[in-house]
Amino acid sequence: MPSLAQYRRPYWDTQPEYRFDPYGSTVLRSPSQPLVRIPQTLSEVTGPTFGAEFMREGDNDLTVGNGGDPIGERILVTGRVLDENGRPVPHALIEVWQANAAGRYVHKRDQHDAPLDPHFSGEGRTVTDADGRYQFKTIRPGAYPWRNHHNAWRPQHIHFSLFGNAYATRLVTQMYFPGDPLLPFDPIFQCVPDEKARQRLIATLDWETTQPEYALGYRFDIVLRGRDATPME
Amino acid sequence: MLYATASQTVGPYLHIGLTGLNCADLTADAPELAGQRIVIEGRVTDGTGAPVPDGMVEIWQANPAGRYRHPEDTRELPLVPGFTGFGRVPTAEDGSFRFVTVKPGVVPGADGKPQAPHIMVSVFMRGLVKHVATRLYFPDEAEANAADSVLAQVPAGRRGTLVASAQGNGTLRWDVVLQGQGETVFFDI
Repeated sequence: MPSLAQYRRPYWDTQPEYRFDPYGSTVLRSPSQPLVRIPQTLSEVTGPTFGAEFMREGDNDLTVGNGGDPIGERILVTGRVLDENGRPVPHALIEVWQANAAGRYVHKRDQHDAPLDPHFSGEGRTVTDADGRYQFKTIRPGAYPWRNHHNAWRPQHIHFSLFGNAYATRLVTQMYFPGDPLLPFDPIFQCVPDEKARQRLIATLDWETTQPEYALGYRFDIVLRGRDATPME
Repeated sequence: MLYATASQTVGPYLHIGLTGLNCADLTADAPELAGQRIVIEGRVTDGTGAPVPDGMVEIWQANPAGRYRHPEDTRELPLVPGFTGFGRVPTAEDGSFRFVTVKPGVVPGADGKPQAPHIMVSVFMRGLVKHVATRLYFPDEAEANAADSVLAQVPAGRRGTLVASAQGNGTLRWDVVLQGQGETVFFDI
């Protein structure tokens, strides 16, 4: 019986290593033993699939649903979810979360002395269409301090979580903004060794989706692992 | 060819965006679900043995017939209405997590031979720049475990980290140790 077509391993240096000492929390939370490499079986090439049926009205508009307009710069985030072979990943749920415009999360662990916005929860979901396109509306998140090192500040970012078509394609990542002066100093962004791979985490200003007199558009394409065309023998 | 987007940590505030799909009881919406009910209880700890209170555990499994709810599993085995095979819970303050589910059936391995029953487990947390992927195996499947092609890739002395321990009454204990003594085996899949 032929084996299943395999999802390719990441290209050299395009994914972070578990331990990255400048990001202090990795020191005790990273495996010390090498990962055990296994061929993908039906267990790895299947996975939970969540589509549009998990979307509720307004899920992809983080500026509504909280009783009023949130403070901050309204933005439109759009992009495509593709695999490494360039094929769109259709009907795929994307979960997003972020800080408010002041750099504060609606979370009990966030003790940053910046105001909460009663009109912004920072939680959203969107789903890709038949061509792998997604969009959501939100507020540009603020930078905020954290305690990784002296005077540590996170660049503005939005968290993304995707499943793709398989257990093997699961991805959690962060989208950054172009020109953010904090990026060179952020160990979470910098934990990705390859410069071009880091640059791909930065959205681009997009005039095509920017709406006059309303909101700037940012484009962020996401690529999930691609699959070999033929089964491994 | 494109390159897969780099992974980034979920950070400490993951609950804001990831609570909507939480599912601790995979049996809750599947009244017709047969099979052996199990409870999985465990704790996630770091390199000092300290609990991880801000993590998230996801599981993925076949139903008791060995069928995955996924288009690629085309074997003629029954699906169970309401049983997705997916679970997700945040870890509690003491690092603990708990799922109610059923024991999965047998699915084929890369060589086409049956694998020992197993549950796929992914763990996410602040400080993990990419999630870790592991598997839970069953203590009452010694023979199948010994013949399992994935377990065979694991150094013999570490296989035990993947096998849950029976606590009686269908409860299985299975901890995730990120680093150090008794470190759980994580897979490059």
